Amino acid sequence: MSDPAYLDLKELTLAYGKTIAVDRLNLPIRKGELIALLGPSGCGKTTTMRAITGLLKPASGTITLDGRDITRLPANKREVGLVFQSYALFPHLSVFENVAFGLRLRKLPSAEINRQVGDGLALVGLSRFHNRKPAELSGGQQQRVALARSLVMQPKVLLLDEPLSNLDARLRLEMRTELQRVQRESGVTMVFVTHDQNEALALADRIVVMKDGRIEQLGSPEDVYNRPVSRFVADFVGFENIFSVENGRLHTQNGPVDLSVPVPPETSGLAWRPKMVRLGEGRFEGEVLGVAFAGGTREYLLKTELGPIKAEMDAAAPAFAPGSRLSFDLPTENAATLQRM
Amino acid sequence: MTSRLYSYLTLAVVFLFLIGPFVIIVAAALSGGETLAFPPQGLSLKWIAKVFTVESFRQSFALSMFLAIFGTLAALVLGVPVAYAASRYRLPFGEVIRTVVSAPIIVPGIIVGLALLRYLVIPLNVSVGLALFIAHTALILPYAVRVVSASLDNLRSDIEEAAVLLGSSRLATFFRIVLPNIQSGILAAFILGFVTSFNQVPVSLFLSGPGVRTLPIDMIWYMEITYDPSVAALAALLAFLSISIVFLAERFLGFSRYV
Repeated sequence: MSDPAYLDLKELTLAYGKTIAVDRLNLPIRKGELIALLGPSGCGKTTTMRAITGLLKPASGTITLDGRDITRLPANKREVGLVFQSYALFPHLSVFENVAFGLRLRKLPSAEINRQVGDGLALVGLSRFHNRKPAELSGGQQQRVALARSLVMQPKVLLLDEPLSNLDARLRLEMRTELQRVQRESGVTMVFVTHDQNEALALADRIVVMKDGRIEQLGSPEDVYNRPVSRFVADFVGFENIFSVENGRLHTQNGPVDLSVPVPPETSGLAWRPKMVRLGEGRFEGEVLGVAFAGGTREYLLKTELGPIKAEMDAAAPAFAPGSRLSFDLPTENAATLQRM
Repeated sequence: MTSRLYSYLTLAVVFLFLIGPFVIIVAAALSGGETLAFPPQGLSLKWIAKVFTVESFRQSFALSMFLAIFGTLAALVLGVPVAYAASRYRLPFGEVIRTVVSAPIIVPGIIVGLALLRYLVIPLNVSVGLALFIAHTALILPYAVRVVSASLDNLRSDIEEAAVLLGSSRLATFFRIVLPNIQSGILAAFILGFVTSFNQVPVSLFLSGPGVRTLPIDMIWYMEITYDPSVAALAALLAFLSISIVFLAERFLGFSRYV
């Protein structure tokens, strides 16, 4: 974090009428970074992105890009690119003209435009599609045209709105690889918005988890996945067994339970993924309510004195039948320690 | 079986009423006799030929064409920005604006004509020609706004944002991105406005003066003095003109999507 921020959001507040959508957000982003804004709908991630583009004017706070305050700069002068979730290609223009649109506004000589559009379309693997209309392309191809259209402008920051959500699973993997390659080759700073944790984990250098217009956690994918700081983040990244900690003891629906290992004093909660629950041995007892085969694993729902527990076990291990009783453990040393509940 | 018979019968009656007058007019236009009559006495094209020799028809046709073309253009110049503003921005008095803009459709033409005559032409000494132009523009405006709004609603607004982020100003975006994508809607509005203006009677009836008469009004005048089949011939010609315009519009634009 010693690098100076290339794109710097300071105390950024955005409102729709009286509703505050983003509340005093501070986010420094380094040059060449790939950042994911992750959160459920309504968390302010899209609003933040629109503020960076200039399509939305902040109520207060500043946005600095490459050493220049762009807070009041109109959207068409910002050198910020955006790949829309709907792609937003110009339906009346060919693929070539879509990509050339911004370059023509810059009044470049036509040989230069031809070269840059050609390079742009080659970069996204659409060299043979110059004369097609957007309606004649598949969704994935349209998205790559939108990407090329933004990239040829050599924006200082490229923003992507839910870049993978409209694609099917196979295309999603392909596009993900494509985005990473484009980012590597062009070195452009990228910020993308997503509600899908897998997308964020797979793509981003750093993830910004947002909730109610604020940053809930900012960290590497490993941090967010393994060390969530709050109940919200833990829940979002798949910790399904979450308990608060009071006075060094686990707070459950049937009263406090002692921990096997002491936890740091600032801990306010502990969380376990289903696969972290140890089944078949341990200090707790439960009854199997349901079991589901999930390929490599079996997923269990247990009724226990702690409340409902979700657990997961290797499918190669013998299965526990519904209705059977078994002992289990929530190993404190494996748990994620939450600072906020 | 009977219900099917009834439906065919209903259909036949509907077609009779819709197409019947047209058939009668065409037949009367091709009459060889001296008065407007049905069935026609003999067949001839002489009344069709005569239409082109009547000086007042030529004058009023020119006026009607002028009103239909330039009234519609004026209505589009006013109406496209209204439609754009209404579809893209939450206007403070959006509902009021919409109502005012569609008022000329709702208020009977007779009243519009009388009002314009009484409060524009007489006290302000506005020429009848100018008053006609204003009246036709106002009458076409609601259609222009509506038809253009329909095609604007089908155009996603994020493509405009995309253009802005590629460096285009809002105004340039309107001309480079919005206009090319709503041009078929604008053409449809033009055709609808043209036909509306050309067929307009009640308002034009009040706004007539010496040498200033639209074609439909002139036809009424003509008939009161000369009861020959040339009016039928003219009506038939106009009907063919309208039909071919609408046919071409449907063929190339899918006109019926807009009206």
